[in-house]
Amino acid sequence: MPNYRMHLLVCGGTGCHATKSNVLVNELKRVLVEKGLENEIQVVETGCFGFCEKGPIVKVYPDNIFYIEVQPTDALEIIEEHIIKGRKLERLLFVEPSLNQKLEEQLDMPFYKKQLRVALKNCGFIDPEDIDEYIATEGYHALGKVLTSMTPDAVIEEIKISGLRGRGGGGFPTGLKWEFTKKSSADQKYIVCNADEGDPGAFMDRSILEGDPHIVLEAMAIAGFAVGASKGYIYIRAEYPLAIQRLSIAIEQARDYGLLGNDIMGTGFDFDVEVDLGAGAFVCGEETALIKSIEGNRGEPLTKPPFPAQSGIWEKPTCVNNVETFANIPPIINKGGLWFKQIGTEKSSGTKVFALAGKINNVGLVEVPMGTTMSDIVFDIGGGIRHDKQFKAVQTGGPSGGCIPYSQIDIPVDYDSLVSIGSMMGSGGLIVLDEDDCMVNIAKFYMEFIIDESCGKCTPCRVGTKRLHEILTKITEGKATEDCINHLVELSNTIKDTSLCGLGQTAPNPVLSTIKYFLDEYKAHVIDKHCPASVCEALLSYTVVSENCIGCTACLRSCPANCIKGAPKEIHEIIQSDCIKCGACFDICRFEAIIKK
Amino acid sequence: MINLIINDIEVSVASGSTILDAAQKLNIKIPTLCHLDLHDLKMVNQVASCRVCVVEVEGRRNLAPSCATPVTEGMVVRTNTLRSVKARRTVLELLLSDHPKDCLICSKSMECNLQSLASDLGIHSICCEGEMSTYPIDNSSHAIVRNLDKCILCRRCETMCTNVQTVNVYSAVGRGFETVVSTPFDLPLSETACTFCGQCVAVCPTGALTEVNNRSKVWDALRDPNKLVIIQTAPAVRTALGEMFDMEVGTLVTGKMVTALRNLGFDKVFDTNFAADLTIMEEASELVHRIEHGGTVPMLTSCCPAWVKFIEHNFPDLLDIPSTCKSPHQMFGVIVKTYLAKKLNILPADIVLVSVMPCLAKKYESARPELSNDDIPEVDIVITTREFGGMLKEAGIDLPILKDEEFDNPLGESTGASIIFGATGGVIEAALRTAYEWLTKKTLKNVEFTALRGMSGIKEATIPINGMDFKVGVAHGLGNARRLLESIRDGKSHYDAIEIMACPGGCIGGGGQPYHNGDVEVLHKRMEAIYREDRSKKIRKSHDNPYIKKLYDEFLGEPYGEKAHRLLHTHYTKRQKL
Repeated sequence: MPNYRMHLLVCGGTGCHATKSNVLVNELKRVLVEKGLENEIQVVETGCFGFCEKGPIVKVYPDNIFYIEVQPTDALEIIEEHIIKGRKLERLLFVEPSLNQKLEEQLDMPFYKKQLRVALKNCGFIDPEDIDEYIATEGYHALGKVLTSMTPDAVIEEIKISGLRGRGGGGFPTGLKWEFTKKSSADQKYIVCNADEGDPGAFMDRSILEGDPHIVLEAMAIAGFAVGASKGYIYIRAEYPLAIQRLSIAIEQARDYGLLGNDIMGTGFDFDVEVDLGAGAFVCGEETALIKSIEGNRGEPLTKPPFPAQSGIWEKPTCVNNVETFANIPPIINKGGLWFKQIGTEKSSGTKVFALAGKINNVGLVEVPMGTTMSDIVFDIGGGIRHDKQFKAVQTGGPSGGCIPYSQIDIPVDYDSLVSIGSMMGSGGLIVLDEDDCMVNIAKFYMEFIIDESCGKCTPCRVGTKRLHEILTKITEGKATEDCINHLVELSNTIKDTSLCGLGQTAPNPVLSTIKYFLDEYKAHVIDKHCPASVCEALLSYTVVSENCIGCTACLRSCPANCIKGAPKEIHEIIQSDCIKCGACFDICRFEAIIKK
Repeated sequence: MINLIINDIEVSVASGSTILDAAQKLNIKIPTLCHLDLHDLKMVNQVASCRVCVVEVEGRRNLAPSCATPVTEGMVVRTNTLRSVKARRTVLELLLSDHPKDCLICSKSMECNLQSLASDLGIHSICCEGEMSTYPIDNSSHAIVRNLDKCILCRRCETMCTNVQTVNVYSAVGRGFETVVSTPFDLPLSETACTFCGQCVAVCPTGALTEVNNRSKVWDALRDPNKLVIIQTAPAVRTALGEMFDMEVGTLVTGKMVTALRNLGFDKVFDTNFAADLTIMEEASELVHRIEHGGTVPMLTSCCPAWVKFIEHNFPDLLDIPSTCKSPHQMFGVIVKTYLAKKLNILPADIVLVSVMPCLAKKYESARPELSNDDIPEVDIVITTREFGGMLKEAGIDLPILKDEEFDNPLGESTGASIIFGATGGVIEAALRTAYEWLTKKTLKNVEFTALRGMSGIKEATIPINGMDFKVGVAHGLGNARRLLESIRDGKSHYDAIEIMACPGGCIGGGGQPYHNGDVEVLHKRMEAIYREDRSKKIRKSHDNPYIKKLYDEFLGEPYGEKAHRLLHTHYTKRQKL
C-alpha cells in the first residue's frame, strides 16, 4: 500500500455530484498520473462536507486548506500550484463576508466553528466506499467491544445513560425502545433502519449514508446484539441512488470482513442486513407504514398499540431507528453514555444534524449540540439571510413542524423547547423564510405536500387536510372571510386529535403555528384582501410608476393579455380589469417602472 | 381480566378486549362506522380508519379509536365528553363533505350505516364543503355495481375479499384525497378474478357496493301479456325474507312467500328445492359412478357459482374434481324450458323464468354462455332476496299478513334434503342421504349428519359405507375452501366428497340476503330455520320425491344417463389469476 504524503478530499455527496465533483475526481486522478504523483497523492471521494452552498469542496489534507466551488478545469492548477509548488490557490479560498477576509482552514470558518460533529464525524473525511478507512477511524471497534465485553443489557443501559432520543422526529428514548424490543420474546426479531427521509429540503440521512455507511451497519449490528435480532433491514427511498450504491458496497465489504453475516468476529453472533427500497411515499417514514411496506403491502400506518417493539415485521418484534440515531451509537459505545450525556441539554443530549435551506446564505448540512440557539444556527453558522433581506421565520420539522418567528429566535433548539412553541424537531429540516415569503402561502405549500402524501386511510387526514388546503387557497385568492381563520383552527385541532398516525396528528402544525405567530398576515388576506409579502397572485396588482416609465414598450410587447396601453415614449398604463397578473411586465421592465403590491 | 372505568362505571373484561368491547358490556353505545366484527366468520375489520368511535382516555394526548384500542389495567375512559362528541361530529361531517347527498334515490337508502349515523348525530349541515371525489360507475358485471363516489374507505370490502375470501380483488390505491378502493390495474370488475360472491356488498355500509338491480326487468316481464312468467325460489330465501318485514329473525315464510309471488302476478310459482332434489339425483349418481369406476375423488359439489368461478381462477389444474352437475336453479331452468314447455305446449322463448336467490353470483351464472340454449338462457332473470322484498314493498304487499299457499306442481314438490341446500354442509348431507342408500342398498335410518352442520369453517365426517371409510369434507367461505383445496393438492389430506359454498354459513349468508348489519346471530337463526323445515318434511331424501321419479320416467330417462348428461351437466373454463 502506497504511503501517501497528501490527500485531496473531494466531496462526493449528491449536491457536489450535481456540480460535477465526480468529474473533478477523475480529472485530479488523471493529472496526478500525468505528473507521476499517483503514488504520493491520493484523491479521496468523501461524503458531504456540509457546506453545500459552495460546493464542490476540495480539502487538502494534512494542510487543511479548504477550497470551494472547484471546477474540473481547476484540477491542473491545484496540482501544479498547491501540490507541486506548495502555493495555495487564493482564488479558490472562501471569503467570509462578515470579515471580508479569505479563510484557509475549515475550522476558521464561522460555518464550522460552532458545529460539533458526532454523527457526521466521518462525512467529508473518509472514503465511504473503503471499509479500511472506516476501520482506521475506530470503525467496528464499538461492535467488537459490545460483542466481546458487554452483555445486551449493558449495551441498552449505556444507551439509556446517554439519553439518546430518536432523531427521526419523535424523540422517543432509544434505549427504552431497545429495551422494549429485547423484552418481547420471539423466535425472530428485526432491526430496521429508517432511511425514508422525506421532509422537503431535508438531506441529513442521505448525507450520512453517502458519507459513512458503515457507521449505520455497525450500529444496526450493535442494536441486533442488544435486542436479540439477527436480521436487519435498511428501508431507503429509491430516489437516493448514491446512498443505495454506497450502502450496497459497504454491506458487501462488511460481509467479506466477517463483520456482517454468521459468527461475527468469531463470537457466535449472527447478523445480516438487507436493503429494501421504498417507492418514495412520505408516510412510509412512519414506522408502522414502513413495516407494512417492507412486508410488501401498501404502506399504511396501523393503530398503535401494539408497537413494533411487540409486533412489527411479520408480527415479530421490530426495532425501528432512524439513520442519524444509529450514527450516534458507535461513538456512544466507544466513548461511553456519560460522554454523550454531557453534550447538549439535560433532556436532549448529544447533537443534532440540520439541513439548512431556504433564504439563508450558507445552505448546507450542519451538526450542532442540542440547545444551540436558533439565532446561532441561522445567523452565525448559516451566515444570515440572503441579499440582506429581513428574517421572517424558520420552519422546522418539515410538514409536521411549525415556524419560529423572530421573537423566538433565541430559543435553544431541543425537542421540548420546539414543541413548547408549537413546532417540532422533526428529522432536521430547517427552512429559513424572509420578508418575501407569505406565511399563508407557506402553510398552503405544506398542506399541498400533505394532501399528496397522506396515505388516505383515515378520514381526518384524507378529507380534513384537503379541506384545510381548500380554505387556505380561498384565503390566498382573497375569497375568504374572517370566519375561515377560526374554522382553520378548529378543523386543525380536530385533525390533530383524531388522526390515525403521526403524519395526520402533526399535519396541521404549519397552519396552526403560522396563525399563531402571523395572524396579522392572515387578517390582511381576509379583511384587506392584501398579501403583505406580495406573493399571492390574486391579491396583487401591477401598476406603472409614471416617473420611471420611459415608454420603451417592452412591457406592452410582453403582455400576453394585451392589457397595457401606450405608445413609444409615452407613459404606459395597465388596464386592471384585463390584467391576468402573470407578472411578465414586471419581469421585463428594466426601469423599475412597474410595481406589484 | 382487565379492570377499567368507562364513564365512571367499573368494568372487567378479558385481556385483549378493546374499549368498544368493554363499553358494549356496559351497554354504553359508542357510534362506529368502519368497524365490523363477524365473530363466527373470523372477520374483523379493525382498521380504525373512519375515526368515528374516538373516545377520551385519561393520560393519552389524542383521542383513541375505541374499536382498535386494547384495554389496559386501570384505564379511565370517557365516551361522551364534549371533546370526543365534537370530534366525532367533525369527522362525520368530513366524510359527508365527500359523499353524494342523493340519499332519497340511493339504492341503500334506509339501510345505509352512514345515513343512520348522520341521523343519530343530528347532522343537518356540513361545516366543510369542498371538492368531491368522482369516479365512473363500474357496472361491467352482471352482479355487482361499484359506485366509488359513495365509498367512505371503511375497507370492510377489502378485509372481506382479502382476509375471509382470499380472492384479493380489492385494495386501496392512490394517495390522500385520491385514495380509492380499486381492483388490480383498475380493471372493471367483470375482468377480474371476482367470484361475485357478493360478501363485499353484504358488508358495505353505504351505497358504494350494491347488486345489479333487475327489478324493472321483472316488472316488464310481468306486464308482458305474451309471456308466461315463472318464478323459482331458492331454499335460503324463505328463511330471511321475513326480516325485511320486521318479522322475527329465523321465521320461515314459505307459504306466505308463495302467496306473495302469486299476488305479484307470476303465472307459476315453483320451488328451486325441486331442482335441488334433481341435483342430488345427478350428483349422487356421479359420486357413485366415480367411486364404482375409479373416477377422480374427491368429488366437489358445484352448486355455488362463486365457488365455481373461484376454482376456475385459482385452481385451474383441479377442474376435473368438481361435479359436472349444473347448479339447481340452472337445472330448473333447463327442465322448465324443455319438459315443462312441452307439457304446457308453449315455446321456450315465450317463457320468462325468474330466480329469487340469496345470491349475487347467480346473476353472473345465469349469463354464462354455456348455460343458454340457442340464445335462450336457461334462467332469464335473477333477483335477490332483497330485490324481491323490495318489489313486495313496492307493490304494497305486506308479507306478514298473507295466508300460506302451496307451490305449483309438478315442479313445486320437494324433500327435506333439498331445503338444507341453503346451509353450509347441507348439499353434501343431502347427497349422502341418497348415495348411502344407493351404495349400501340399505335404508338410512338417521338422516341427520350433524357433524357436517354448524359454523366451523372446515368440517369433516367419516361415514362407514360397505366396510369402507367414506370421508366427507365441508368448507364455507372461500378462504376455507382455499385451505382445503391446497391441502388436497399438496396430498396432505384425502376426502371422497367435499361441499364448498363461497359464502360464510352457506346460502343463508349469501350476498343477496337482507343485510345482517354485523349481527352473526342472524345467520344462526336462519340456519335453525333451515333444519326446522327439513324436520317438518315427510320425505327427507331426494330420491324419494315422487315428482322427481316421474320426471325421469317421463322425460330424462336414467339418472346420469345420456339425456340427463346433455341437459343437466356442464363444463368449466380455466381462467387467469388476475
